[in-house]
Amino acid sequence: MTAQTVTTFEAFKATLKRDLLIAYKRKNDMVNPFMFFLIVASLFPIGISPDPDRLAEIASGVLWISALLASLLAMDNLFRSDYEDGSLEQLLLSPHPLYFLVLAKNISHWLVSGLPVALVSPLVAYMLNLPSESYFTLFITLLIGTPVLSLLGSIGVALTVGLGSRGLILAVITLPMSVPVLIAGTLTVQQTLNGASLAGYLAILAAMLFAAVSFAPLASAAALRISVN
Amino acid sequence: MVEVETDLEASMLCVGSLFCERDDRILFEDLNFELKEGQVLQIKGSNGSGKTTLLRNICGLNAGYEGAISWYGDPIRECQEEFYSSLVYIGHRVGVNKVLTPLENLRWSSSLQQVITDDELLDALEQVGLRGYEDSQCFTLSAGQQQRVSLSKLLLSRAKLWVLDEPFTTLDAAGVKQLEALLKTHAGNGGAVMVTTHHTLSVPDLQVLEFG
Repeated sequence: MTAQTVTTFEAFKATLKRDLLIAYKRKNDMVNPFMFFLIVASLFPIGISPDPDRLAEIASGVLWISALLASLLAMDNLFRSDYEDGSLEQLLLSPHPLYFLVLAKNISHWLVSGLPVALVSPLVAYMLNLPSESYFTLFITLLIGTPVLSLLGSIGVALTVGLGSRGLILAVITLPMSVPVLIAGTLTVQQTLNGASLAGYLAILAAMLFAAVSFAPLASAAALRISVN
Repeated sequence: MVEVETDLEASMLCVGSLFCERDDRILFEDLNFELKEGQVLQIKGSNGSGKTTLLRNICGLNAGYEGAISWYGDPIRECQEEFYSSLVYIGHRVGVNKVLTPLENLRWSSSLQQVITDDELLDALEQVGLRGYEDSQCFTLSAGQQQRVSLSKLLLSRAKLWVLDEPFTTLDAAGVKQLEALLKTHAGNGGAVMVTTHHTLSVPDLQVLEFG
């Protein structure tokens, strides 16, 4: 037998594929955050006012907060089952840099939880009477913003995955980190509506995304090592 | 002189004055042992005596120890990539995802270490008696069958060091025999095994480490 070693890229692909497969087989977990997003967003008109003008004012904030809560709801799936069945130990003991494997898990997680929310957001925006010229802005901010939420949430999950009863602690860790993204996201939608150029705001969001991609998986990886200890 | 060198060369894993404490109880102190190519080391001891902790220390899953663990003479923290390429660890939690099938589980866990074809995967599953189950989700399998999924990884692996934590617990008599045979073959090929079990192993040249 000749030992043919696996490149890190292949291990990355294998992990990505595996996680997508698990998500596909557990359709509940895949659909839940998406449904949650729709339900929360549709409660606001009922709770606040069905008046189109008032709704238009709060629409971008409502959509972003719903997306944030939906991403939080989905977060716990990220490492929990792997922790419980021992796959996480196998991940930690692979010869590849943990950064890439954690990144693969994050990407797969975002593809099934964040991306559907971003895709459906123009539809919900229509329901909340957001001016139609903002649909694209909203979509693009969510497209850049939700992966940041996933990456930041992943740090919180990695820290808490070993705890018996997690309760609210994940939200307490994750939500404060997510506030800058929330501010940047809603501000982009509102300010471009008032005539500001989209590029500058998008640059800020994109900077957040690149910072999160570079550092968050490292932090998650370190936190996972502590959690399995 | 030459003999000493080859002897050093063959010493795969070396543990020196290892000390580990948990919740103010000392699990082990001044623990020294050496694992050479071709050796099977059985770790015995009462429940809670630190067998699992020792295995996790060695694999780097638990860093709460003092002392030196070296792999072919280098501290494991300095040759992680090399060490992890040569290591298979199967713990209490066997690393088998419940919604995936045995084939998908095996494909992923093996693909972290080596390039492998589907034929080889199916062949390994056949050898552990899981042919016909390769497309059933693992939650429909019994605990022993799930254990067999993780053990099929040993059949494929080219890793030199196997660290197995209670691999016999859920296996039936035939499974126990097969695993013992597997350990023998591995040791015969110059590999080394660390295994915790209360089971009496019938493996030639068995080393035993007793815990208090």
